Amino acid sequence: MPFEYLDHTADICLQGIGKTVEAAFAEAARATFNLMVDLQEVSAREVIHVLEEENDLDLLLVSWLATLLAKSSLSGMILSRFHVDISKVEGGFSLRGEGWGELLDPGRHRTKTEVKGVTYAGLRVFQADGVWIAQCVIDI
Amino acid sequence: MKKDFELEQISSSEWTLPRHGEMRVPGMIIADQGTIEQLQADLEGGAEWNALVQVRNVACLPGIVSASLALPDVHPGYGFPIGGVAAFDIAEGVVVVGGVGFDINCGVRLLATPLDREEISPFLTKLADDLYRIVPAGLGSEGKLRLSVQEIDHLLQEGARAVVERGYGLERDLTFIEEEGRIPGADPSAVSLLAKQRQFRQVGSLGSGNHYLEVQTVERVFDVEAAAIYGLSEGQVVVSIHTGSRALGHQIGQDYLKEMARASERYQIPIRERELVCAPIESPEGKRYLSAVAGGSNCAFANRQVLAHLTRSIFTDLFNLSADEVRTVYDIGHNNVKVEDHLVKGEERTLLVHRKGSTRAFGPGREESPVPYRPVGHPILVGGTMGTASYVMRGTAMGMEKTFGSGIHGAGRALSRKKAAKKYWGEDVKASMAADGITLRTRSMRGVAEEAPGAYKDVECVVQAAVDAGINLPVARLRPVIVLKG
Repeated sequence: MPFEYLDHTADICLQGIGKTVEAAFAEAARATFNLMVDLQEVSAREVIHVLEEENDLDLLLVSWLATLLAKSSLSGMILSRFHVDISKVEGGFSLRGEGWGELLDPGRHRTKTEVKGVTYAGLRVFQADGVWIAQCVIDI
Repeated sequence: MKKDFELEQISSSEWTLPRHGEMRVPGMIIADQGTIEQLQADLEGGAEWNALVQVRNVACLPGIVSASLALPDVHPGYGFPIGGVAAFDIAEGVVVVGGVGFDINCGVRLLATPLDREEISPFLTKLADDLYRIVPAGLGSEGKLRLSVQEIDHLLQEGARAVVERGYGLERDLTFIEEEGRIPGADPSAVSLLAKQRQFRQVGSLGSGNHYLEVQTVERVFDVEAAAIYGLSEGQVVVSIHTGSRALGHQIGQDYLKEMARASERYQIPIRERELVCAPIESPEGKRYLSAVAGGSNCAFANRQVLAHLTRSIFTDLFNLSADEVRTVYDIGHNNVKVEDHLVKGEERTLLVHRKGSTRAFGPGREESPVPYRPVGHPILVGGTMGTASYVMRGTAMGMEKTFGSGIHGAGRALSRKKAAKKYWGEDVKASMAADGITLRTRSMRGVAEEAPGAYKDVECVVQAAVDAGINLPVARLRPVIVLKG
């Protein structure tokens, strides 16, 4: 399942699309890292673990992406492959996720742009035409 | 919906969005006709992100004073419009994360050299290569400095001074940075360990996106008196550095978006868009955010200080200059929030002013300006596009009244990055710049396409609208010679 970018003048609005909400979250992460590098050039060698809990799926999407960005930036990694499990817990949702990738090597990876943050603008996790869409605006 | 956004034209470049519904103040938009038409077309086309809607949403926030403002480089942002200015009463008002954004105190440093275009012409390639080598740019770019958490804490509190102490620059530089490169009240404990850890390699790096370093020439002086005071003259070679607070600022923004979401609920603040999450200015959450923003702002000042020093070292080596011959003209941010005194309807008031994609533009006489600049006001640094021109402007007494002393910060985007990347090829943009005598060095051709000059509004129209409204005056136009992009 794919991801898409919608028009936004200053920044990027991305949509991760999947048969399940988990797949949509994984695609949203691919859409985020695809802004930085060519995903095909990234080998899935090392893993970053993410554990988040939020009141609703919208906030969970922001936490998932923001934590991936923070952790990958901290270790100088770029990520290309993701796996997500979401379960209902009391008062909201819990996410257990993984992001696979490798150390950024500017000599080998064709870099694109840096991602500054995940905003609450245009933030929506919803179902349409039988698929899940995880949407938010990324500040670049 | 459309009826709610009917604008009333006040002058050739000023429009109001009359108060209606939940708006506490009217909207006020300063822009040229073309920009207004674009904003209205966005509205009619049902664009999900619309600057007029954003101006309206900001006007609904508690404690907002006078008007929700948008300046001529206005375009849709998230929460606030880019080019948005909003001032709040300290007791009644709120501080809004979306009014600052993730790139806290992103701004521009302008350096002046004693050289003219002819003197650098034989060395353009070497100069471009040397700058490209020494200035870390691009995705995940890292500086040479490696700072421990304790050293980052010191930098959060001391700003540009913290790196001057380490040999990155001159004491004199500090005099010519907004707020002397140090915003008081930064509390390191308000900044997460994660934010500090993410920064430890990034002080002294340019980043990517619309950030740049440009070697420029002063193409034209419009205001002889102000230009003389700023030390600018036609033909002179100058350098502009556009970057911000890097990962530290980004992480502060991300951390506080979450904290403010909780605060908005706790204080039951009615907001029209989730991105406008906020807290009362005088609440513990509001104060904590402001002290974190002060730290993020100081980090941005320090970052530009290191880059200015690296740039200076290239010029002094290549052209046999002394360090003080490569002078800081000014350094000013355009994503910030500040406590300032303003006259509102004849009454002196202390306000919290958010500027998202707008600079401070204080007119003559204000004590916030460096002493030598007070007769004309401090410079406003307006980043144009990499193929056209940038401007040095200054503020006016009228701007103090109309916009809380605020100015334009750039040309403002016209096309989305997606549309720009579809319309332009990086290589074509580079070739067309080369034909205009501009040398480009970049790590990302895709980035060049997204930042193509054609993706921006015409900077001349943006400048003219600010001049027509009487808020900013042009001092000099700068033409790029070398452009470095991340």
